[in-house]
Parts: sequence; structure tokens; C-alpha cells
Amino acid sequence: MAALTLRTSGWLLVLPLLGLVVVMFAGPLFNIFWLSFTDPGPGLSNYTALAERESLRRLLWVTLRICALTTLFSVVLGYCIAYAMTHAGEGARQKMLLLLLISFWISVLVRTFAWIMILGRNGLLNNGLMSAGLISAPLPFVRNELGVLIGMVHYMIPYAVLPLLGAMRAIDGRVMAASRNLGASPAQTFWRIWLPLTKPGVIAASLLVFILSLGFYVTPAILGGGKVLMVAEYISVQVLITLKWGTAAMLAVLILVSVLALLALMSRFMKLSAALGGRA
Amino acid sequence: MAAGTGSGPGGISIRALVKHYGTFEAVAGIDLEIRRGEFLTLLGPSGSGKTTLLMMIAGFQDATSGDIRLDDRSIVAMPPEKRNFGMVFQGYALFPHMTVADNIGYALSVRGRPRAEIAARVAEMLELAQLQGMGARLPAQLSGGQQQRVALARALAFSPPVLLLDEPLGALDRKLRIEVQEQLKELHRRLGTTFIYVTHDQEEALSMSDRIVIMRAGRVEQVGTPEELYSRPRTEFAASFLGKSNFLRRDGKVWALRPEKIDLSVATGQATGGRLSGRILSMAYFGSVLKYQVETAEQGQIEVDVDAWRGGGALPVGTAVGLDWSEQAAVLLGS
Repeated sequence: MAALTLRTSGWLLVLPLLGLVVVMFAGPLFNIFWLSFTDPGPGLSNYTALAERESLRRLLWVTLRICALTTLFSVVLGYCIAYAMTHAGEGARQKMLLLLLISFWISVLVRTFAWIMILGRNGLLNNGLMSAGLISAPLPFVRNELGVLIGMVHYMIPYAVLPLLGAMRAIDGRVMAASRNLGASPAQTFWRIWLPLTKPGVIAASLLVFILSLGFYVTPAILGGGKVLMVAEYISVQVLITLKWGTAAMLAVLILVSVLALLALMSRFMKLSAALGGRA
Repeated sequence: MAAGTGSGPGGISIRALVKHYGTFEAVAGIDLEIRRGEFLTLLGPSGSGKTTLLMMIAGFQDATSGDIRLDDRSIVAMPPEKRNFGMVFQGYALFPHMTVADNIGYALSVRGRPRAEIAARVAEMLELAQLQGMGARLPAQLSGGQQQRVALARALAFSPPVLLLDEPLGALDRKLRIEVQEQLKELHRRLGTTFIYVTHDQEEALSMSDRIVIMRAGRVEQVGTPEELYSRPRTEFAASFLGKSNFLRRDGKVWALRPEKIDLSVATGQATGGRLSGRILSMAYFGSVLKYQVETAEQGQIEVDVDAWRGGGALPVGTAVGLDWSEQAAVLLGS
């Protein structure tokens, strides 16, 4: 009886939040889903446009390419950082973690404008290179895909490092010692033991970075200078300027479904809760 | 010491070896000759430096000073992967993402040996370790005893001249431990490989070793065969760490006297036979032996073991008894 009461009262506590989620999250989500099939007219016209309109296909291709490259660079760089942190002394590791978290906590807007200061036509880097006489005209670091990539990779690195660090810290040092004792060189030990043992962390980090990259808005908008269009910015244009809500809703649904599909695919290989930092 | 005279590599010579961690001296100057083919046990309490010494032999810890030589070649500066020593780690340290067969074949595989040779050797080792049919399993799918045998097979697959074992039986239950002790001993006899075995378990050390090195605070306390160490300990530490011992003190000298070497007789009237007299303080029954604590006026509490099948059962607490022993039973220490 007491257990039943406890169970009921537990639900009562959650009820307001549950209501909030349904009204504020599930409702609008359904609305977007609905719009993608009914605006401007009922039917699949928003989705068939994907096959018909070259510009939409280009948009998706650019988004995918930038996300894939961001994921690649973030995870490779993040792997190096996590590796260094794992092998550093306790004091040094704490300092490195603090630096990582500071950049993690700074607003994406601030960080994006900071990159403009550094990479812009009159930025630190171009001025430095010109005054050193290495180049005669400013190099185009921003307002192109390179700029977007630099900004996004910089933003994503902490997201890549944290799951990787977790995976690496969990490795038993004796296993690495056993490999060397059995005659494996440090390189062999890395490729045959260390890398396979950190594979779940690599998958988790890649998944996290890729999914977050798909919805990136601020960084491509500013560092791309309107020249590099990714899905999130395109959706915002459709909603705020051209008022084609149907197209915007279709793209939003597309991203949502892709993310869910990715998660479903990954969950077949590993425990998602473990990959995303929870204890399974 | 049947295998002690074998030819081939595997003799290790340790000279004035020292290891500092900051100001802490983990190994404080050790000289030790390890004969090829012998089963040598490093025995000591935790913090005695036995594991540090093993890790230095394996190459995982640098020496602060001193030398380690394998068959008269210095290996003290050699990285672990060049030393060619097999090792069974505490907790086994199997590669969790590899099958049993891949674990066992690893040492040959990293040496670039042909597939067919590796497969043949793995099959041979699986049989030796009584793991037939388990080659395709992952370590997590095995019992503790099976994992221990995989670790052993993996360490021996490349026929190393020396096998280092770091408390390999620590994770097994008591019954299995005794079984594996016998298997290890048998394996050692068959292979003729030098075994260097680290443990804090004196029974393990006594039953398996050709020689035992008793370690204390980074130093070698005493080296000898189990029989030598048990019957002729040189220090109180050696006498009390390996087996149990009473200590008799007179005129500034100390003798060690094993409990089972004392004869206990019931005192009749005023006369008590023997060298010491006292009263039984307590008794514990261990199946094969009765352990008495006897309070004596001269030497305090003395432990006496009596074969349980001898005599007419346990004596009641408070009984007046006489204690006697033969001349050579009491060993003068510190000489």
C-alpha cells in the first residue's frame, strides 16, 4: 500500500514537467511534422522538391560534407588531446581539463567573433603574415568553407574529448604493459590494443559531434559570411524571410529523422547511454 | 631442484639494485643470483618491494642504480618488449577485445610469424592449458581459473627463457588455488623455464618453490630452499613470516622454536618434566592439530601444536603442563 502511494505520488511530482514537455515540445514537433505535409497544400510536394530542386540537394550535400569533415577533424584532434591528458600527471591533467572546460563554457557567439578577429582580412593572422613579409595580400580564411570548418572544429573539440577521455581512462594499464611484455613495440601496442579498446569512445565522440554539427547555425552564418549555406541557416531564412514554412518544416523533419536513424543504427552496436556519458 | 641444472638461457643476476620513488626507497640495494630453470619465489608483506623488483626485472620500472643481467648481458636499460620475458599479471590483464586464440597468439603475431605457425602454436598451448575448444571465446566468457590459464598460455607461447608471475593465484578461491599450484609446479618441471614468482602467501611459497627470497622493506632478509628457511631462519622476521614461531629470550640472545617441535606433557604433582612449565591458556582445534597457548612464567605465552590423533583428546584449559624440545629444535637467531 505504501509502495503504491509512493509510486503514485512520484508520478504526481513529475506530472507538471511531463505536461510542459508535451505542450511545449511534443506539440510543436508534431506541428512541424504536420506543416511539412500540408503547407502550402496537402501532399508530399515538399519532399518531392528534394528530388526536383538542385539547390536543395546542394544544400544537403554541403551540410553533410561540412559535418563529416568537422567530425573527422574534431575526433582526430580530440583523440590527441585526450591521449595527452590520459598520460599527463594528475596536476597537468586537471589544468588541461580546466582549459578545455573554459572553452566549452564560452558562448559560441563570442568564440565565433574571436575567430573573425584572428582570421579576418585585417585579422591577427593576416596582419602578422603580411608584416613578416610572407604574403603580399590577405589570405581568405573566412567567408568560406575553411572558416566555417575552423570555427566548428574549435567548438566541437570538447565534445569529442570528453567521451574519448572517459574511454581512455577506463583502460587497465596492465593490459598495455602485457602487450609490451609480449614483445609488441609501442606502435604495435597502440594500433592493436589501445585503438581497438578506445573504439567505443571514438564512435560515441563521432556520433555526438556529427549530430551537434547537423544543427549548427551561428558559426556557419558568421564565418561563412552568407556564402556557405548549411541546413539550419537555410531553415531560418525560409521561416523568417521567404516564409516558406513547408520547406523549412520538411528540412527540420529530415534532420530529426536522420539523427534518430543514426542513433538507432548506433544502438545496434553499443549501449547508447554508455556512449553518451551515462553509466549503462 | 631437478630443473636447476638445465642448460640454455634464463639465469638472472641482480647487483646492488636500487629504486627510489622520491624519497621513498622501494628497493634498497638488492643482490640476487637467480639460477636458470629454478622456481624462485619473492615472498614478503605488501610494501616489501617484491612487486617493484619483479617490475624492474620485467622492465616496467627503471632502476635508480644497480644492474640486472641476463646470462651475463646487462638488460637494465632494455625496454620491456626487447627482454623476451613472459609474464602473468595480477588480474591477468588479458586483451578484452581479442579471442582466447588471439590472446595466446599475440606474442608470435607481433613478431611477424607466419599464420600457420601461429595457429599450430596456439593449438598446442590451448591443449597445454586444457582450453581445447575455447579458442574462439572472449576472455569475459571464461571463468577465473580459465582466464588464469589463458594468461599463462599467452605468456609461454613464445617460449620465453624466464616467466614472471605476479600473484597469479590471488583472484582464485582456495580449492582452485591448490589445484593450480600443482599444475604450475608440474608445468615448471616439464618446461625447465626459470620461474620468478611473487606472492605474499607463505603456503604457496613453501609448496612450490625451489628457493624462496624473503623480502622486507626493500631488502633481502634471507634466501634459501623452503626447508632451509623453515628449519634455520636467521631473523625473527624470517621465522615469523614463514610459518609460525615462538621466540625464547635469554641473556640477550633469541631462539626461534616452531610450535610443532615442542613436546607437551601433563605435570604430575609438583614435578613438571621438561625445560619450561606453565598452564594451558586456550586451545583451538584444527582437525589434524590441536593448537595450545601455554602461559609460562619465564617466557610468556608459548604456542604448542600437538598432533590431534596423539594422546587422549584435548587437555582442559588451566591444566599444568611441562614443555620440552630437543637441542636442535631451538634455532639461535642473528648468528
